[in-house]
Amino acid sequence: MSVPRFWRKQVARYNLIGTHCTNCKTYYYPPRSMCPKCRRDGKTENYKFSGRGEVLTYTVIHTAAEGFEKQTPYVLGIVKLEEGPSLTSQIIADPGTMKIGMKVRPVFRKLGESGEKGMIYYGTKFVPE
Amino acid sequence: MSAGIVSYGAYVPRYRIKVDEIARVWGDDANSLKSGLMVYEKSVPGFDEDTVTIAVEAARYAVKRSGIDTQRIGAVYTGSESHPYAVKPTSTIVAEAVEATPVLTAADYEFACKAGTAAMQSCMGLVQSGMIDLGMAIGADVAQGAPGDALEYTAAAGGVAFVIGNKGSEFIAVIEDTYSFTTDTPDFWRREGMPYPEHGGRFTGEPGYFKHVTHAAKGLMDKMGTRPEDYNYAVFHQPNGKFPSRAASILGFTKEQIQPGLVVPKLGNTYSGSCMMGIAATLDQAKPGDRIFATAFGSGAGGDAFSFTVTDKIEEIRNKAPTVVELLADPIYVDYATYAKHKGKIRLA
Repeated sequence: MSVPRFWRKQVARYNLIGTHCTNCKTYYYPPRSMCPKCRRDGKTENYKFSGRGEVLTYTVIHTAAEGFEKQTPYVLGIVKLEEGPSLTSQIIADPGTMKIGMKVRPVFRKLGESGEKGMIYYGTKFVPE
Repeated sequence: MSAGIVSYGAYVPRYRIKVDEIARVWGDDANSLKSGLMVYEKSVPGFDEDTVTIAVEAARYAVKRSGIDTQRIGAVYTGSESHPYAVKPTSTIVAEAVEATPVLTAADYEFACKAGTAAMQSCMGLVQSGMIDLGMAIGADVAQGAPGDALEYTAAAGGVAFVIGNKGSEFIAVIEDTYSFTTDTPDFWRREGMPYPEHGGRFTGEPGYFKHVTHAAKGLMDKMGTRPEDYNYAVFHQPNGKFPSRAASILGFTKEQIQPGLVVPKLGNTYSGSCMMGIAATLDQAKPGDRIFATAFGSGAGGDAFSFTVTDKIEEIRNKAPTVVELLADPIYVDYATYAKHKGKIRLA
């Protein structure tokens, strides 16, 4: 990931800050600059998610992408936050203990790094509640 | 203007390795190590945990415990000897992650195992002078010990954050005073770019730890006119279980006084987090009015002594974040190979 690309969204990644449309009451993560439902009638404001949610689905990665090869097997899941939106995240748990519907909470972890010389990228992952 | 602890938060990764497992790999006598060091297991970071993530988790627990408005924080100082960047502060990442940015000062501290208490003293100065409203002082480490070195049996991972303020009504503990004793002593060091620290043999015990801890502790008690029996609890830097027990005995503190803060047997040495973890564990069970004496030690070398009096407010906020005992419960034990992978001890292609 390029340094500017990460930096633009780092606050959202660190603190699960998304958006809330006060017109249609919909929550979005990652943040949206406009509400896709209300379009020009939408009124969006920043919203910090509690991070509590449940696992909608998950997969166990055995053949990983570059940079993650030595972490296998690890769990990648879709977490549905209490307020509604879903996001894809690594779930730090023994793959054998994973269950769809299990409750999770957020933790602050290293998401990756650009080799030994590059930036270290931090953000939110999830662990079982 | 007085200074006090407004909140505190601790964090310990869930993974542990037993001394027996490390001794098995290196062919050492585990029983002799355990009885000599008084350490039975140590914490191990997850593969995605480092000093930054540990500092952030501790800082967030400190914020959660007191419910402070993080925009009031005017300084974040993180002490560690394992900052993940040589240049780029851990503290800016912590400040962003607790939403204390942008109007604050931040810097990283390094003074072996006492960088966190040096950060506490800086925050005390800033709040007492009125320069800032609240300061956050953190000690966190993913401690380094070379494979097969004696340090490997104790070098652990963990961190503690203290929020320091100047409004008496917010204090959970008043910091009555602090006193430091510092000399140039070659007991332990790590050169730039080197992965593991070196220790200067005979300088480790008497000329390093005991000289600086006892001088700092006695210096503070002389300055304040207090004696060991005036305190309910005492905490000393705990690189192992033996050193703080002996320091307590030399100074006249009892085993009962140091017991609540002696977390090293099941945690290991969290370096910059070590003494602060002991203070946090003691605050977890102290009652209003109790007095706590603490002395941190950092190789190189120096001791920072503190005297605290716990206030009524501790009861209001104590249970709003995990206690050190709770953080140490329910560990996941790993073998040496997994530990080596988590710690990056194996150079991967």
